[in-house]
This record gives sequence, structure tokens and C-alpha cells, in this order.
Amino acid sequence: MKIRVNNQDIELESEQAAKSLMQFLREDLGLTGVKNGCNIGACGVCTILVDNTPVRACKKLVQDVVGHELLTIEGMAQADGVLHPLQQAFIDAGAIQCGFCTPGMVLVAHAFLLKNSKPTREQIRKAIMGNLCRCTGYQQIVDAIEMASKFYQ
Amino acid sequence: MLKTGSFTPAWRHDAVAKVTGSAKYTDDLVFPNMVHAVPVYADYVHAKINAIDTSEAEKLPGVIRVITAKDVIGKIYWGQINRDYAMLAAEKIRYHGDVCALVVAETRDAAVLAAQKVKIDVIELPPILAVEKALEDPTNLVHEANKTNLVNHHKIRRGDVTRGFANADFILEHKFTTQFIEHGYLEPETAVCVPRYDGVMEVYGSMQHPFSTRRFVAAILGAKLSDVEVLAVPMGGGFGGKDDTAAIVCARTALAARLINRPVKMTYDREWSIRESYKRHPYIVYYKMGVTKEAKINAVQCKIYADAGAYTSVTPWVTWRSTVQCCGPYEVANVYCDTYGVYTNNVFTGAMRGFGSPQINFMVEQLVEMAAEKLGISAIEFRKRNLVKQGSITITEQKLDQHVVSSREVLEKVITAIDYETKIKNCSHGKCADGNDELYGIGIANSYRGMSLGAEGIDFCAAIINGQFDGSILLEVGMHENGQGAESAMILILAEQLGVKKERIRYRRSSTSQIADSGTTVASRATLMGGGAVTIAASNLKQHMAELLAAELGCKPEAVKFQNDNLYGNDGKVLTWEQAVHKLFLKQAYPYAFGVFQAPRVSWDEETGSGNAYFTWVYACQAVELTVNRKTGKVKILNVVAAHDVGKAINPAMLLGQFYGGITQGIGYALFEEVVMRDGKIITNNFNTYKIPRATDVPDITGIIVENHDPLSPSKAKGIGEPALELMAPAIANAIYNATGARHFSLPIKKAI
Repeated sequence: MKIRVNNQDIELESEQAAKSLMQFLREDLGLTGVKNGCNIGACGVCTILVDNTPVRACKKLVQDVVGHELLTIEGMAQADGVLHPLQQAFIDAGAIQCGFCTPGMVLVAHAFLLKNSKPTREQIRKAIMGNLCRCTGYQQIVDAIEMASKFYQ
Repeated sequence: MLKTGSFTPAWRHDAVAKVTGSAKYTDDLVFPNMVHAVPVYADYVHAKINAIDTSEAEKLPGVIRVITAKDVIGKIYWGQINRDYAMLAAEKIRYHGDVCALVVAETRDAAVLAAQKVKIDVIELPPILAVEKALEDPTNLVHEANKTNLVNHHKIRRGDVTRGFANADFILEHKFTTQFIEHGYLEPETAVCVPRYDGVMEVYGSMQHPFSTRRFVAAILGAKLSDVEVLAVPMGGGFGGKDDTAAIVCARTALAARLINRPVKMTYDREWSIRESYKRHPYIVYYKMGVTKEAKINAVQCKIYADAGAYTSVTPWVTWRSTVQCCGPYEVANVYCDTYGVYTNNVFTGAMRGFGSPQINFMVEQLVEMAAEKLGISAIEFRKRNLVKQGSITITEQKLDQHVVSSREVLEKVITAIDYETKIKNCSHGKCADGNDELYGIGIANSYRGMSLGAEGIDFCAAIINGQFDGSILLEVGMHENGQGAESAMILILAEQLGVKKERIRYRRSSTSQIADSGTTVASRATLMGGGAVTIAASNLKQHMAELLAAELGCKPEAVKFQNDNLYGNDGKVLTWEQAVHKLFLKQAYPYAFGVFQAPRVSWDEETGSGNAYFTWVYACQAVELTVNRKTGKVKILNVVAAHDVGKAINPAMLLGQFYGGITQGIGYALFEEVVMRDGKIITNNFNTYKIPRATDVPDITGIIVENHDPLSPSKAKGIGEPALELMAPAIANAIYNATGARHFSLPIKKAI
């Protein structure tokens, strides 16, 4: 059993298959950018991408993603630390406050921009509506996604 | 000076860590040999505890120990004001979130499993759930020793209200109610405590008051303050909610760590967080306002009941602010106000962004519009005749002459920016064109707000600047980074004060063992108090450096200029920052300074309700446009404009982020957020049932930054966190009225029609 996480192949131990994907990523792989906010799939802070589609890691088991390609926030920047333009846009737009929703927001925005690189602000708001943020009022997150969209065109 | 919400590139020193996932929050921390603790609740809201049987739970695999109140080394009861909170329930259960035991196990899963096996034997008592009834019935008490369910009583006795009402031309009298609100920080409570080799208990946790946390931890351990070290960790939001509960979670975790002598982590599930953590106070208010035909508010009488829930927490302070600000930003000569905090068996209530002002503003800002309508004048004109102005005396006899009173300025800026005068004429007032179901309305609200703690408490803050030999600078301030960008603001203030690049400055991870106790990071005080301490420390450092280097710069110490990373003297003499620091070390002197900002004196007389309540005030105005569907009653927010006088903008993009975030929380408060309880038990215990605003619930917001530098603030800046939230509910209520013709006296306004 194999999964690919942030461009690395991971060989799974058999007892890991039934584990919560969120726990596996956080505890077994140390990818703590996957946050736990509600554990019922309601807040979106554990969002990761599976084959570039947003998935709530708290709602999945490891076995659900065997053979698939996973991206967590830790895989967004280049290996040498250079930020993805979308990450840089989050910083420049002031879209980060406490930062707890940020990993999930960046990933859900990334998946959205891969599909729609010329979005309206209304479309951006709809795309991130499943991810809660209590700090920013979303406006600067929308700004960031709008700013970054040109890099996806 | 006016800046609009156009794009300004943002900067914060922790942004890269947060956007790459490398920022480690408390639950991300792992220590060798670490184990896990979880709380044990009992399904009662009011009960006498007979016995707690932990034997079955302790037999389960992986369980190390089950801890109850009898294991507490130090104090069981603690609190910031009254020490009435049992950190582990001892003889009684007082609300549904009381923690009766802790299970410590090798894994969290094992602990969760064992928690279900702890047996709690009780005698149930009749629950006390309604505040007015709680006051009337002295036989059923939440805390027997108190002999009453009253937590506190604040008063204002100004002028003569009987005459005030007699001389009024009409009287408005209404009852208003507001709801319990959950803070909704996305990171639930969490703590890791590590018993250190030297006997110190190291505490990592999600909290906004490290110094209070240290007191709670020291209390439960029976330890000295110097034997507890609380270290700052990135924190996933607080909004006032990570004061008491967060400290208590840390205290219990520390107890477990001390008892088993291993690092212990306790991370809450969302359901536990919502069940146990304190909420915003629901209010019941009986409000009477007398108005003259000259459009002056002549008298106000109000009776305010705040549900404190099971514990005092900071109820006396929250309700004090409501009392001081009970007439909104208006001059009123005759005021008679009674405010009661009341114990019940509901979830306890405490600090939440706004701290007693959102409830009051919801009422006052509707009443002024009702008064204007009765007089047949515009709501703006009515406000202008009553707003506090330069030199006004507040209802607590404070003269507003120490700073620029910009109540009118913020109002006028919002009216112009949103084109209120045109749009108010287009409101539907319950009628809309055929074939159109959307009723349109615009609404506005004003506020003033006393800054920082005021007469609530001791208000001072420390900063340490520790310049290094290579020219780099370490900065530490007694304020906490709650996510709002406080540390970044401190860096920017220091860079400006020293005339150096911000890249020189590293914010040192705060520790309660290093920086002096500067109080809690609440009350919109981080920039005001922390920035004040940084400014004073910088001034001390500059004086120290100038005295030692003046001779080399060929001038008097007071003539040395700190600019562009250089020190300038006379005749073109200049030292780079590095050269200056080197020379200091050669003189066996450190580029080191300590700074303390002591808030100017405030005063309060509890009997008359008078005094200089706060040393400075901020002024704000917000307006909103919305539609109400006349069939479904659904509200859609179309546009928001907000103007806030912040003294001075330090980090404009982060400042606007406070506008947007506060307004969005205000929209939730106005329209749908509510902690629903049945028989004292919370039903809305996760984000699927407790709804907070989503990206589609809010429009783009225009923020207007008004800067009238405050002479009593060393950095000239004031604050924004809470003012941003406190106005949206009344602005929305007024807009809904202008759309539908229906007044709403109760929050949330779930159905506007």
C-alpha cells in the first residue's frame, strides 16, 4: 500500500490503513499544517488536496486515499523554501491573522484556481465558503486569491 | 488624515511560518515521554457530588491515573476576581461544563475511552436558569456561601431622572434581550505542560493571558510564580475567549504533569470547548429614554441584567463597561442605571471582543433612531445634537478634553462615503415595487469606547530592548500575540522610534519568567499599552546611547538624531547603527533598555457611578446596506462602510483586517449566531450547528482609517480590536427597520420580517 504525499512516496504499514487521515498526517508524518478544528468536517482547517481536489482529512481514513496523490500545505512551497505565488499573495494581501485556517484556505484556493484562473470575487467567495475563518472577515483572503489568479492563467 | 481601504502590501513577521504550515501551535508540540489528558464531565447542570468512582477507568489499558479534586496539590478554587471557580469540581456541579475528573493515559484515544468509565454519583438540585428568577429566590443558590445569586451591582446616579423625565416631551421605553455567543476561535483549547529538571513547570498553551495562566497554574500546584514559566506559542484565535478557560485547562494539565512527573498534553475536542468555555453575556435590559422636542436626550433610566452563568469570571468588569457606556456616545444630564451580574447554572460568561458594549449599542443606537423618527427629524441630525464633542462631560462626569473627540468626524466620513443621505430616501419601509421581493434598507450606528482596562484594573506594560553586538535587536513586550499581529506592530513601532530597519529586530519569544507581568492582551490594549512600553523603552535606549556617544558625534546628547539606521551629530558627523553599538560595547555599556508605560490615572466611585473611567476614548461609525426578502425574511448584506479613529495607524493592512474581522463577527452576532441551550445544556456544540459567518455571508467592506494622534499614548496609537465589532448589530437593526418597518428588540434577528 502506497500513497504519495507532497511528491514523496510513502509505504504504509498495514495498521495505518484504518487510521484517521488527519491523525496519520499530523502524528505519523509530522505534517502539522493539517489542523484540527472540529473533527466533523464542518470548519475546513484540516483541508488537504487529493489529486488536486479539496478533502477534509478528518472525514477520511488512510485507506480511502491509497494510490492517490496528496498535497498538504507543507508541499506548497518549493524545496528551497521559495513560496508559491499563492502563498506570497496571502502574505501581501494581509490574509493571515491567527493562521489556523490558513493552510486549508491556501489549499482550497489552489484547487479552485487550477480550475478557474479568472474568477470573480463572488466566485472566490463561493469557492472558500466551506472553510471558516474567524479572524479576517475573509476580505483579504479574497484579495489574495484574486491577486494570485494571474499566476494560474 | 484619511486613508481608504485600497490595497497596501501587508507585513507581519510570522506570516511565512503560518502560510507554510511550519508555525507550531500547542497541539503540534511533542515532547519525549509525553502522555495525554482529557476532561471528564457529568451530564448535570446543578448537583451535589456524593462520590466519584475512578476504579473502573483506572483498570483500562494505557490509563496512568485518574485525577479528581482531592488530588489537587494547591488551591481547588481560583478566579481572576472572585475565587469561585472549582478547577476540578469538588462538592458541587454548577454547570454542564464542570470538569469532575481528568483521565491521563499513554494515548489520547485510551484516555477518551476511559473517561466514559468514570462514575459520578450525585444528588440533582433544581437548576437556576433565568436571571431575574435567580435574584428573586434566595433559597436556591449557585454558590451557597454567597447567600445570594448576585455577582455584582454597578450604578450610575447622575442628575435627577425624575425631573429629567418630567421635563421630557416624550419617553421611549423598551425591553431588549441578547443571546449567548461563542467566540468560535478555530483552535480549541489546548495545553502542554512539561515538568523541567530544575523544578519549574513549563507551560505551552493557547491563551491570551500568560500571566493569569501562570497564576492559575501556580495556584493549583501550590507553587511560586517563579516556579511556573508560560511560554508563548502561536495561537489560533481568542477574541477574549482564551482568558479564564484557557488558563484553567493549562492549570489542570500542569497538575497532571506534576502528579505523574511526565509531560502532559490536553487538547480539547470542539464539543468540549463549546460545552465548557465561557461565552458572551446575554443581557436583559429595561431601557427608558426621555427626549425633549429640541431633540435632546434628557434622561435615561435602565436596568441591565447580565447572565454570569456559574462563575464570576470577569462579569463585574464586563458589566462595568456596559454601565459606563450605557447611554452610548451621547451627552445625557440625568442618568439612573443599575447593572446586575447574576449567577445561574448556565454556561459561565466572560470576556468577549466588545466586552459589554455590543449589547448596549444594540439598544441605544436603535432608540436614538426611534426618537428621531418621533420628532420627525433625521437620525443623523438627532445624533449630532446629542453626540459627545470636544470638552463634553460624559455620563460619569469625565471631561473629554485630553484627546481629539472625533465622534462627528467619523459620522460624517461614513455618511459621505456610503452616500447615506441619498440612500436613506430609497429605503423600502416595508413596501417594494411589484414583482420584487427584496426590501432595501440602509442603517448606521455610532459608538465611543473607553480604551484599555480603565478603572477595571491595574494597567501597565513593560518592554525590553536588547541590542546585540552585531547590530541586531531583540525585542520583548508583555503583550501576547493572539493572531492579530501584535508582535509585528511592536516591531514596527520600535523600528520607527529607533530609526532603524525593521529587519534588524527580532521579536523574542515571550516568557512569563523574562518579561514583567503586563496584564492580559484584551480590551484592545495591545497596541496602546504595548506600543507605549516600546516607545518609552526606545526613548530610554536613545537617551542612553546619545549620552555615551554625543562627544564622538560632536553635539549635545539631546541633539543626536536616530534616522536611516544611523546616528547623526553635528557637522556631518555620523555613526552607523553597527558602529554606534560597537562603540557602546567598547565603553562596557549595553544597548539595552527597559520601558514601562503606566496608563494615566483613572478613577471610579462605585456609589455614584462617576469618575474618569478611561484615560482615553475612541470614536467609530459604521453603516450597512442590506435587503430583506419579504417572503422569507432572509437578510442579505450588500455593503458596509466603517470609520474608526485609531489614533495612529501602525500596520494599515493588519488594521483593516481588524475592521473586516470585527465587522464580520458583528454580522454573525446580529443575524444568526446563538448558543442554544436546553435546560442549561448546550445543543449547538460544534460548527455544524453553531454557525459563524462564511465568506458568502459578508460583502466587501470599506474601511476608513481616521488618525487623530493621541497625546496620552506614547506611540500616538489607540486600538481597534473591539470597536470594530460593537456597531454592526445596531447598524443592521436600523437598516432592517428602514427596509421592513419592523423594529427588533432581540438578538439574533433570525427572521427580519
